[in-house]
Amino acid sequence: MLRIEDLRVNYGGIEAVKGITIEVPEKEIVTLIGANGAGKSTTLRAVAGLVRPAAGHIYFLDEEITALPSHSIVAKGITMVPEGRRVFPDLTVLENLKMGAYLRKDNLKDDIQWVYDLFPRLRERSWQLAGTLSGGEQQMLAVGRALMSRPKLMMMDEPSLGLAPIIVRGIFEIIKEINRQGVTILLIEQNANIALHTADTAYVLETGRLTMKGVGKELLNDEAVKKAYLG
Amino acid sequence: MENKRIQNLTSVVFLLALFALVIFLEQVIKPTDTMAMLLTVTKKSAVYALVAVSMNLLNGFTGLFSLGQAGFMLMGAYTYAIFTIESERRDSVYYYFDQVVNVSLPETLGGALGSVGWLVGVLLAIILGGLVAAGVAYLIGFPVLRLKSDYLAIATLGFAEIIRAIFQWRMLGPVTNAANPLKSYVRLSDFKIGTGDAAINISTFVAVLLAVVCIGIIVMLINSSYGRAFKAIREDEVAAEAMGINLYKHKQIAFCISSFFAGVGGAMLAMFANTVQANNFKSNMTFEILLIVVLGGIGSVSGSCIAAVFFIFASEWWLRGLDSGRFLGIFAPGIFRNGFRLVIFSVGIMLVILFFRRGLMGDKELPYYVKWIKDKLTTQKPKAGEANG
Repeated sequence: MLRIEDLRVNYGGIEAVKGITIEVPEKEIVTLIGANGAGKSTTLRAVAGLVRPAAGHIYFLDEEITALPSHSIVAKGITMVPEGRRVFPDLTVLENLKMGAYLRKDNLKDDIQWVYDLFPRLRERSWQLAGTLSGGEQQMLAVGRALMSRPKLMMMDEPSLGLAPIIVRGIFEIIKEINRQGVTILLIEQNANIALHTADTAYVLETGRLTMKGVGKELLNDEAVKKAYLG
Repeated sequence: MENKRIQNLTSVVFLLALFALVIFLEQVIKPTDTMAMLLTVTKKSAVYALVAVSMNLLNGFTGLFSLGQAGFMLMGAYTYAIFTIESERRDSVYYYFDQVVNVSLPETLGGALGSVGWLVGVLLAIILGGLVAAGVAYLIGFPVLRLKSDYLAIATLGFAEIIRAIFQWRMLGPVTNAANPLKSYVRLSDFKIGTGDAAINISTFVAVLLAVVCIGIIVMLINSSYGRAFKAIREDEVAAEAMGINLYKHKQIAFCISSFFAGVGGAMLAMFANTVQANNFKSNMTFEILLIVVLGGIGSVSGSCIAAVFFIFASEWWLRGLDSGRFLGIFAPGIFRNGFRLVIFSVGIMLVILFFRRGLMGDKELPYYVKWIKDKLTTQKPKAGEANG
């Protein structure tokens, strides 16, 4: 579904991503794991059109999307849950959800219901300002907001960041549920343990290079991965 | 839903009452009364309220700190004046130049369609003023909207000053009359029904109506999906972009619409005053408007309106009395005369900022506070009952 070929991204002279190739098959959960500064977020941002790659190609549904502006990429069916949630604090929960569907002109009612069914907590807080939600609720809202664009591919940047373990588990259950309903997911995580348990395929990134690729659960038992990321 | 209908109904009733009050006062108050000042400051408040709301659309709702308001008002004022100057008096206005523009929209349309045509002509000239301001804003937007926060403010402030300098330029004299004032155009005081002594004066009503209609349009914009996108940009540009909002396009839309209404406000200011001169549209005017926006609350339309009324009433009327030794009908001692009003005015502003950090209204609108007071009253009542029992 999504194919990244030999992607290189520079940040003012520093090469953050040094030529990586990743394949995300349809209906799967693919994860990128790696330490700080490995280039995980940069890769996602390049796919979303938020940064321009220096070289390489990105294909989505066999169509090149490499240099497209981010709004056309969203229109093609790729959405991103940004790192640190980034909900709109002074808009209500419902308004935040509507923002997620900004490029759609059709009726949103069913999708709002769908998101509320996935996250009943959000329904209760529908009229509350997003800034007053707890961290976990904000993460739910960020995911719900992303789903409102009816994405084919959802990219998530560290959904576990700053959340209590029990809430992280809940969020990942919902990620699996969303995936079961047909949304392909590209996930990046520092919490390698839970990411590898969830993902079908996993890639390990180290300072801008791919060092390993495998089935998620198998990597859990890999000695090198264990040493470096699982402790 | 039900709530919304009640709210809309209340606003309509409130506005109709306001219009009725304005028309009534205008008939009762004679130009020689001391209260005549009330009508003058109401007109000016209407203009400033509109311009403040237009600035709030940009600064408060889209998060673009722009200080170009005076420049856009200037363009609106000039465009309006140039296209409504009486053809007979054109030669005396453009005394030093051979005027290029020889159309007076109200006269041309008035000749063909009577008084309705005259009105349409005036409206066209006002809209044209807004469009010129919006068009120039569109061009300025290309370079400046790539800047952020303070840098954007500095750049827009600079452009406003450049615009002012260009309008005073001698080479443009045949169009703008250079540094000389424009006059003999259609003013607010020309709006009356009938002629002679029996004429009904509606100049204040026209000013208030124009401002209300324009502010209404801005409010509708803010409540639309575009308005939500503007707020999203204000809150978080990266997240907004990830939602598929085209940042640059939306900033450009907000900038142009804000400038359009600043231009309309400028045209109204021209109608209010008897002359238009580029020298009056200095950055000082932008700062006055910014002050109104901050006092009213950044991100509150009703706050901007209320602050505009207070600001203009205080600076132009209430405190003016101090200069002649009278303040709200009370005798003021000599020490308060001759310029002391500026001190009082500044102290007043400081008090507001000290006690209302986020302006009078914060980012909430009037209905929020009405509901708040209602809730306060209803929750207090049972307590009073307990004390009695």
